[in-house]
Amino acid sequence: MPADLAAGLTLAALIAYAVLAGADFGGGIWDAFARGPRRDAQRDAIAHAMGPVWEANHVWLIFVVVLLFTCFPSAYAALSEGLFIPFHLVLLGIILRGAAFVFRAYSPQSVRRPGRPGRGARRWGAVFGAASVITPVLLGTCLGAVSAGGLRVVDGRAAAAGTAPWLRPLPLAMGGFALAVCAYLAAVYLANETAGELREDFRRRALAAGTAVVAMSALMLPLLHARAPHLWHGLLGVRAAPVLAVGVAAALLSGWSLWRRRPRLARAATVAQTACLLAGWGIAQHPYVIFPDVTVQGAAAPEATLRFVLWSTPFGMALLLPSLWWLFRVFKGPEVSAGE
Amino acid sequence: MDTLAAARAQMEVSLAFHMVFAALGIGMPLLMAIAEALWLRTGRAEYRDLARKWAKATALTFAIGAVSGTALSFELGLLWPRFMAFAGGIIGPAFALEGYAFFLEAIFLGLYLYGWERLSPRAHLAAGAAVAASGVLSGVLVVAANAWMQEPVGVGTPNASALAPFLSPAWGEMALHSTLSCYIATGFAAAGAYALGMLRGRRDAYHRAGLSLTLTLATAAALAQPLSGHLSARHVARNQPAKLAAAEAHFHTRRGAPVLVGGIPDAARGTVRGAIRIPRLLSFLATDDFGGEVRGLDAFRRELWPNVGVTHLAFDVMVGSAFAMSGLGLWFWLVRRRRREPGRWLLRALVAGSPLGIVALEAGWIVTEVGRQPWIVRGVMLTRDGVTPVAGVAATFFGFSLLYLVLGTALALLLRRLATGAPAADVPAPRTAEAAHAG
Repeated sequence: MPADLAAGLTLAALIAYAVLAGADFGGGIWDAFARGPRRDAQRDAIAHAMGPVWEANHVWLIFVVVLLFTCFPSAYAALSEGLFIPFHLVLLGIILRGAAFVFRAYSPQSVRRPGRPGRGARRWGAVFGAASVITPVLLGTCLGAVSAGGLRVVDGRAAAAGTAPWLRPLPLAMGGFALAVCAYLAAVYLANETAGELREDFRRRALAAGTAVVAMSALMLPLLHARAPHLWHGLLGVRAAPVLAVGVAAALLSGWSLWRRRPRLARAATVAQTACLLAGWGIAQHPYVIFPDVTVQGAAAPEATLRFVLWSTPFGMALLLPSLWWLFRVFKGPEVSAGE
Repeated sequence: MDTLAAARAQMEVSLAFHMVFAALGIGMPLLMAIAEALWLRTGRAEYRDLARKWAKATALTFAIGAVSGTALSFELGLLWPRFMAFAGGIIGPAFALEGYAFFLEAIFLGLYLYGWERLSPRAHLAAGAAVAASGVLSGVLVVAANAWMQEPVGVGTPNASALAPFLSPAWGEMALHSTLSCYIATGFAAAGAYALGMLRGRRDAYHRAGLSLTLTLATAAALAQPLSGHLSARHVARNQPAKLAAAEAHFHTRRGAPVLVGGIPDAARGTVRGAIRIPRLLSFLATDDFGGEVRGLDAFRRELWPNVGVTHLAFDVMVGSAFAMSGLGLWFWLVRRRRREPGRWLLRALVAGSPLGIVALEAGWIVTEVGRQPWIVRGVMLTRDGVTPVAGVAATFFGFSLLYLVLGTALALLLRRLATGAPAADVPAPRTAEAAHAG
């Protein structure tokens, strides 16, 4: 039981990371694809939206990693061996994304055209955009690799197999799905935090990304059916299906409210959609950490450790959540968003 | 390059890189909060300008510290999966609590950096103080995990306490020593920037206040550090005698052991060439008795010796830097007490000495970590048994070294640009950050 609770906690941290930091990656995606007459205004809006919160959002990933190696140390070791290359690439992406974002912000302006980014700032901007596109794809493929069954673990060690477990069809599709979801989250949030023509820009981008999310889902369904029957059955099972149904309803609602220009409703629905999809995946994945060889029970740390983690959570959250609430109220509150 | 050597090299590069920013991430917020508090009390503009400048430096260094720290949490598993499979559940609680502290630091830093116009002055200062406090706390907590690797407790007992990393007897001394070293490193590094500005003729209130504030923090910490170092050394002598012996190049167990300054240890012959000997001092430092017995490396099997040359050199570099910095700090405060302006030689010395804190930090870390070898968990698990079986670590080592080289260079250039020149008005404010400040 403590092991299952710890797994649930890890999943909750993963959901928080996806909903919050996913949008920061999405911001980078839209920075890379900033187009049209308001290109610079779009980039400024993205940097403005990310600036105060992206570091805090990023910490959710550290939570996920720490929870994994604390509560499921042998699973973490096997993941580190089996996903050695994609994890290193994820790190490369995370390091370059964060460094490029701050380096760009503190790079000199153009000498000839004051107020515009200088050469260094433009270069770091390009790095920021590229890293923001690549990292969510890699994270999605890693998530796919633990579900798809290609990552085998024998005696606690990752076993070498044919194709790299993360370069198989289902993980790659999940990578594309993660990219689309990040782009969608960011565009919906940005439509909330901008006004006028800029808001329309992001609304159109959100509609395009939402279409991509639907397309990627449609692509994943047959792959799930053919390549990961256990996950397919899990997703349709009595425990995951209701959560997924709520997620699909929220997805429809978010698309509709975006279409009808109701950005605040769209934002709430998008958060619910993303959270439900990931929660559904987690429920379907249970009891496996790495399908089919590593289970939550099998990989669990000693009970004393699990209890420590679980008991420290309410105290940690009692410090964390009010602080987070303050942060988001100051920078994302109703009086801030829309029309700034 | 075999996997073990490559994995150790990658870990060393990653830690050495991260450590600089982690230290600045602990020291800079304290400076920034002190400057803002002084501004609110005195209303003097130079304190406000200093707070704003240090906030920008904090933003840059914290971001690099955060991403390189993330890299480390992954690399623990990527490079040492067998170690993590064994120890993840034991040292995990330290990282879990550190996670909360680090999270608070990130949250309050966001509020601080972007909240100049949005928060009341008091709330803004409180956010800055929270950044400084949670930064120290997160450093102290993560050191607990390392302390457990130096002096593990609760291994092999079924259902050991989850508090094992906090029960390691090494934790207290290490936490104190490393926290002070962060303040020293930050203080002297920042002081160098103001000393350089004054050498170039900018002897305004801003530069003077910057020099005084940074050197207040740095000198106080630098004078407390030898005491903390002595406590650490005495603790290490009792609990990790092989490390102390390697750090002091002390080959033969004896009473009345001398301290050897410098010299080249020859591990094969058990001799040290060209060292300055201070008779009986090692015995006194380690045992509080000039005639006390200090165990030498000969008390341990040869294959359990750390690299004596590296450990001893690093130890001397650390202690030498520490003495030099204490001297610099005292010199500055003696000049100040006589109400004189710092002269050119003092300023030059401060510029030359500005990297010493970072040098001492890195050297001290080498003493701790190289001195623990060949163990990854002392007495419990050998480093070579913790390493990954995956091939290709040499490639990731070179890749990450190159990445950190590029990032380090870029950051140094940006910080130099930030440091030179006076406050806000002269330097065009960064585009995006300014947009956010104004928003």
